[in-house]
Amino acid sequence: MQKLFLGASAFYLSIVCSFAQSPAPDSAAYQSRKLKLDEVDFVSSYYVQDGNHSAVTGGKGDEHLTDFANALQLNFLRTDSRQRLHTFGLELGIDHYTSASSDKIDSTTISSASSADTRYYPSLSWSMHDEPKHYTVGVGLLFSTEYDYFSSGAFVSYSKFSEDNNRELGLKFNVFLDSWKVIYPVELRGFDTPTGRIENPAARGTKPRNTYNGSFSLLQVISKRLQVALLADVAYQSGQLGTLYQRVYFTDGSHNVERLPESRFKLPVGLRSNYFLGDKIVFRSFYRYYTDDWGISAHTLELEVPYKFSPFFSVSPFYRYFTQTAADYFAPYRQHQASEEFYTSDFDLSAFDSHFIGTNVRFNSANGILGINHLNTLELRYGHYSRTNGLQANIITLAATVK
Amino acid sequence: MKNRIALLFSGAILLGLSSCQSVKEYNKMYLNDSEMALTARKTQKSEMNFMLYREGASGANGGKTGGGCGCN
Repeated sequence: MQKLFLGASAFYLSIVCSFAQSPAPDSAAYQSRKLKLDEVDFVSSYYVQDGNHSAVTGGKGDEHLTDFANALQLNFLRTDSRQRLHTFGLELGIDHYTSASSDKIDSTTISSASSADTRYYPSLSWSMHDEPKHYTVGVGLLFSTEYDYFSSGAFVSYSKFSEDNNRELGLKFNVFLDSWKVIYPVELRGFDTPTGRIENPAARGTKPRNTYNGSFSLLQVISKRLQVALLADVAYQSGQLGTLYQRVYFTDGSHNVERLPESRFKLPVGLRSNYFLGDKIVFRSFYRYYTDDWGISAHTLELEVPYKFSPFFSVSPFYRYFTQTAADYFAPYRQHQASEEFYTSDFDLSAFDSHFIGTNVRFNSANGILGINHLNTLELRYGHYSRTNGLQANIITLAATVK
Repeated sequence: MKNRIALLFSGAILLGLSSCQSVKEYNKMYLNDSEMALTARKTQKSEMNFMLYREGASGANGGKTGGGCGCN
């Protein structure tokens, strides 16, 4: 919580400094085409979880984890000579997490380096909106790096709007080419032989993990108060999909690292629906059905009801229900046979229901908030998450938009 | 039971799309309200990320379906 306030304070100071001298307004049409900073988004959150089914220790053990995440996005605008609007996005995210279970990868140390890590994820994007021709195209590059994982990704997107702007059809294709440093639990990094201990050759090097994702979206205005979006993804993953520092204990007392297939096909389909009731209440709903070829099928249902106390202030209680079946390869601690081809005791892949409940508070004003002229939107969100297998989590998020 | 829910939902989508009105720009006061955006909120960025790790299902919500992190 203290970190969240520190992050917010740093952000406040950066806004005050960056807008201390406002530029003179453009007068000539030529000048209005210049690249200008349009929007700055800042999101800071603190997440904490507790449970007793750590996958690192075979589905049994402390799951305490904290994550302090911060992301800053800058959006620049430029209009070209054909009156097409270009948006350039630059984002930097930094997450710092501590994990009790990661510390058990190498339990021979009192506190190993794996007990905490920092993830950096910069990205660049560009999109062009052509209003007369009713379409938008975009491309982007995404990167992520942490101690044992490096990811580089890219996307292309295309959206077509109807002439009355009541319908939008969107297509997007993403690819992530990731590389995972092999880290085995300390006791599985070598074998004891009559001549001494030898190194396990599988416990070193890096492994690839590639993800290809196609997204389809159809946004439709139904009436003056109702609009819906139909969303569908088709995703294919290949490479190292199991986590090599997660242990699995077998019925005979032996243990090994998690083994999962080297490919996975995912098919989620979702529907968003927003309805404005009267002048003060909005119903924001979301439903998703998910299935994959590992045997997981899931339903997600979300309902959020913003109540607008004024055009500038709203409070939105929300509830999310999620249920999933277990992956074919899941079994709890000491319930797998050593002869099985694939095995995991990761409870994220078990059958469970989860409930997520909380509130979002939102201020927005074109004239500024808290005395900051350019601060356009300020949001605070808290949520409590609970799973039927015992995992509990809390998350608090602060988001600010400066225009 | 779950299949029936999915069927009902599909039916509701088809019924909804078939009864669309052409709403003029000057009649979009409610639709253009910031709470009516058909996207996840900025404050949902981090929670969508932790759910990507903590649940077997992902995607079709404007977020990722996997990749880019050591998640499921």
